[in-house]
Amino acid sequence: MMQRTLRITSYVAILLVLLFVLMTLLVNLTPLGENRWLRIFFSVSALNFTLRASVPLILGALCGILCERTGIVNIGIEGMMLAGAFAAFVAKTSTNDWPLTASLIFGVLVALLVGGLMGLLHATFAIRYRMDQIISGTVLIILAGGISAYLFDRDAVAQGKFGAIAIPGLSQIPVLGEVLFTNPPLTYLALLLVVVIHVGLFSTRWGLRSRACGEHPRAADTVGINVNRLRYMNTVLGGMLAGLAGGFLVLEAVGQFQEGMTAGRGFIALAAMIFGNWMPFGAMSAALLFGYTQALQNELLLAGVTSVPRQFVSMIPYLVTIIAVCGFVGRVRPPAAEGQVYEQESGSE
Amino acid sequence: MSNSATPVLEARNITKLFPGVVANEDIHLTLQKGEILALLGENGAGKSTLMHIIFGLYRPTRGEIWVNGAPVVMKNPRTALQLGIGMVHQHFQLVPVMSVTDNVMLGDERVKGGFLDRDAVAARIRELSQKYGLEVDPDALIEDLPLGVRQRVEILKALYRNAQILILDEPTAVLTPQEAEGLFAVMETLRRQGESIIFITHKLKEVLRIADRIMVLRGGRVVGHADPQTTTQQQLAAMMVGREVLLTVDKGPADPGEPVLELDGLRVASDLGTPALRGVSLQVRAGEILGVAGVQGNGQTELVEAITGLRRVEGGRVVMNGTDMTNASPRRITHEGRSSHVPEDRHAYGMVDVYSIADNLVLNQYYRAPFASGITIQTEPIAEHARALVDTFDVRTPDIAMHAGGLSGGNQQKMVVAREFSRPIRLLIAAQPTRGIDVGSIEFIHQQIVAKRDEGVAVLLVSAELDEIMALSDRIAVIYKGEIIGIVNRADATREGLGLLMAGVRPGSHE
Repeated sequence: MMQRTLRITSYVAILLVLLFVLMTLLVNLTPLGENRWLRIFFSVSALNFTLRASVPLILGALCGILCERTGIVNIGIEGMMLAGAFAAFVAKTSTNDWPLTASLIFGVLVALLVGGLMGLLHATFAIRYRMDQIISGTVLIILAGGISAYLFDRDAVAQGKFGAIAIPGLSQIPVLGEVLFTNPPLTYLALLLVVVIHVGLFSTRWGLRSRACGEHPRAADTVGINVNRLRYMNTVLGGMLAGLAGGFLVLEAVGQFQEGMTAGRGFIALAAMIFGNWMPFGAMSAALLFGYTQALQNELLLAGVTSVPRQFVSMIPYLVTIIAVCGFVGRVRPPAAEGQVYEQESGSE
Repeated sequence: MSNSATPVLEARNITKLFPGVVANEDIHLTLQKGEILALLGENGAGKSTLMHIIFGLYRPTRGEIWVNGAPVVMKNPRTALQLGIGMVHQHFQLVPVMSVTDNVMLGDERVKGGFLDRDAVAARIRELSQKYGLEVDPDALIEDLPLGVRQRVEILKALYRNAQILILDEPTAVLTPQEAEGLFAVMETLRRQGESIIFITHKLKEVLRIADRIMVLRGGRVVGHADPQTTTQQQLAAMMVGREVLLTVDKGPADPGEPVLELDGLRVASDLGTPALRGVSLQVRAGEILGVAGVQGNGQTELVEAITGLRRVEGGRVVMNGTDMTNASPRRITHEGRSSHVPEDRHAYGMVDVYSIADNLVLNQYYRAPFASGITIQTEPIAEHARALVDTFDVRTPDIAMHAGGLSGGNQQKMVVAREFSRPIRLLIAAQPTRGIDVGSIEFIHQQIVAKRDEGVAVLLVSAELDEIMALSDRIAVIYKGEIIGIVNRADATREGLGLLMAGVRPGSHE
C-alpha cells in the first residue's frame, strides 16, 4: 500500500515536472510569452530564482536525511546552517587579500568544518549525554544565533562571490541551458549530492548499515555493526551539508552575512525532508516546490501585481509549506527508531 | 555422534553476576557436532543470559568458552559470528522495511565495485533455501511476511554467515503448531547436514519431540541432564520447578447460565488504522470459560481493548448483562458491567511499577469507600485490604509497602490477579494471564480462574499458549485476521484441528 502510494506520488511529480518544462519552453520561445501572467509563472528568471532559493533547502534536507535515516532527529539544521554561513563569512573576510577563488574555496572549507563541528556537538549531546534530541537541536539554533550575532563585525565586507560557470555545450540548449547549466559551483554540487546520497543510501554498505541503525538499531548491533559510531559519523556529515548550505548563502547567493540570515530555511528544509519522505529525490522535489513559491513571490512583486496585497504574496512560501506538511504527514513514514537512544548491548569498543 | 570427539562448543564454569543477582552460576555446557541440545528452564532461570554470553552480548564474570577445542574471547556478536555461531533471537532482529536480501546480508555485505551485490546474495539465499528446505522469496519485504517465514529469514541469516552452531531462543513462541512442526523438520535437516543446535524453550512437549539431549536450568544453575528417550514431561517439570507440579488443571464440567458478555459484529481499527476486527460476534455465558486461541497479532489485543473500553469500537455492539456498553468508559465497564480485566501487558496496563503493592491492589477502587473518604485516601483500610490479598493470593513479598516493580514476574502477576479477582464480578477478561511467569504461579492462577468460573463468573480467556487454552476452556473460539474463524466445544477440540483454524484454514474448505 505504502509502496504504491509512493510510486504514484513519484509519477505525479515527474509528470508535473515534464509539464512545467514544456510550458517553460513554450512561454520563452513562442508568442505565448506575451501573456503577462504566463511570464510571471514560467519565465527564465522565475526558474533561475527557484533553483537559487532551493539550493540551501536541498542541502539542509540532505543533512536531515543523513541524520534521521541513522536515527538521530535533527531539528537544529537552522542552527548548523547559520553557523556555516557565519564561518564562511569570517573566513572570506579574513582572506579578502587572497586570490578570489582560493579565498572562496577556503570559505567553503571553513563552512564545512564548522557545520561538521555543530553536527559533532549534536551527536555528543544526543548519544553520549542522551539529551532529548529536540532540545539538543534547539540548543544548536540558539547557540548559533547568539554567537554569530555577538561576534559579527558589522563593518566587515566580503569581497566577491562565486560566479556562474557555463557548462560547454549543454548551456547552449535554449532555456534549459540557461536555467540548469549556467550556475555557480555550489549549485551544481548540491544537485550532484542528491544523486550521490541517494545511491549511497540505497546501494552501498554504508547506506544499508545506516538505514538499519535508523530502523532497528538492535538488529544492526546483533550482526556486529557499531550503531553509535555510525550515528556520530552521519550526524557530522549531515552537519557539514548544513554548513555548506550556509556557505552557499554567503559565498554564492548574497555575498555578505546578515544576522539571522538563514531566516527559517533550516525549518523549511526540515519540511522538505518530511514532505519528500526522507528520500533525497523526494526532498529535492519538495525543496524545488518551496523554492518556486519564493520565486513566485518575487516575480509577482517585480511584475507589480497589485490586485493582491503584497503581504499576502509574501505569505505564499510559508502557506505552501504548511499545507504540504499537513497534507502529507501521516502518509510518509519516518525511520522507526528515530530519536531513540541506543544502549549498545555489547558495549562500544 | 561419538563422545570422544572434540565438542564444537564448550562453556566451562560460566558465572555471571549482575548487581544483586547471580544470573549464571558455574555452568558447564558441551555441544557436539550434529546434535540438538535443549536448554530447558523457566523464565529467569538464566537460559537467555547464558546464550547472550555465548553470543558475545554479555561478558561472563568468570569462566571460559571453547570453540572447536580452543579457548576464545567473545568480544561482541561479531566475534561469535566469525566463529560460526549464529543466533535466532526470540524477538526477531529484522528490519521490517527492508527486503529479505538486505536483512540477510546486513553486517556481512557482498560488494562489487563499491556497490552492494544484491544479486549474488539473493542467489546464495536461494541456494541455502533449497539445501535446508527454508523456502523464502529474497525480494520480499520483511513486514509483508508472516512470523513463521520471518523466522526462516533469521535462520538463513545465520547460515549465510556459515554458522555451524545455531542458537534458537524460544523459537516456537510465535508459531502455530503446524509452523512449529515445519521448524522441527528444518532442525532435523540441519542436524543431518552436521549443524549443531541449542534449542532454548520452556515447553516440555517440544523438548521431548526434537532434542538429543536435555539440560535443565533453575535459578541460574544446572539442575540436571536428561535423555528424551527415557524422561517424561512430569519429571522434566519437577526438575524445572524444583517440586512436583500438576500439569493438568482439575476442573469439573461447566454449568453455563445466562449470557453475560455478548459481542455483535464488532469492528475495530488497529493502531495503524487498518481493520483489526472484522465483525466479531461472541457470547460468553455465566459459569463458562471461553478461550480465544490464535497466533499473536490476529486481533486478540484489539478484541480485549474494545471490550474493556480501551479502544474505540467502530461498528457493532458490546453488551454486558443485557446493557449496551459499546464505547462506554473503562470505569463504567468495570462497575456497571461488573467486569474485571487482567491485561496482557502487566507493566503497561496492569500495574504501576513505582507504586507500593498496597496501592497497586486498590487501583480499581481507590476512590470508593472504605479506601477513600471525601478527597483523601485512607491508608489503613488499604493496608488491611493488601495484607488480606497478599495472603490469599500467595504474593511472596517481605512488605506490602515495597514498590511493586521489585517483585518477580510471577508475583507481580499474582498481585494483578488478586486485585482483579477481589471484587464481586460477573465477567472476567483474562488476556495472557500467565505470560512470562513460572510454572508454580501458572498452576495457581489457573486454579483461581477455574474457581471463578465455578462461582458463576463468565470468563473470556485470551492466550497465545494453545496448551493453556486447551487446559482451561469449556469452549474455544479461534481468531484469524480479525475474524472468529470457528468455535468448538472443548470436548471436540484437537491440537491439529485448532492449528489448522489458527492458520486460517476454514472447516469444510478443501486444500
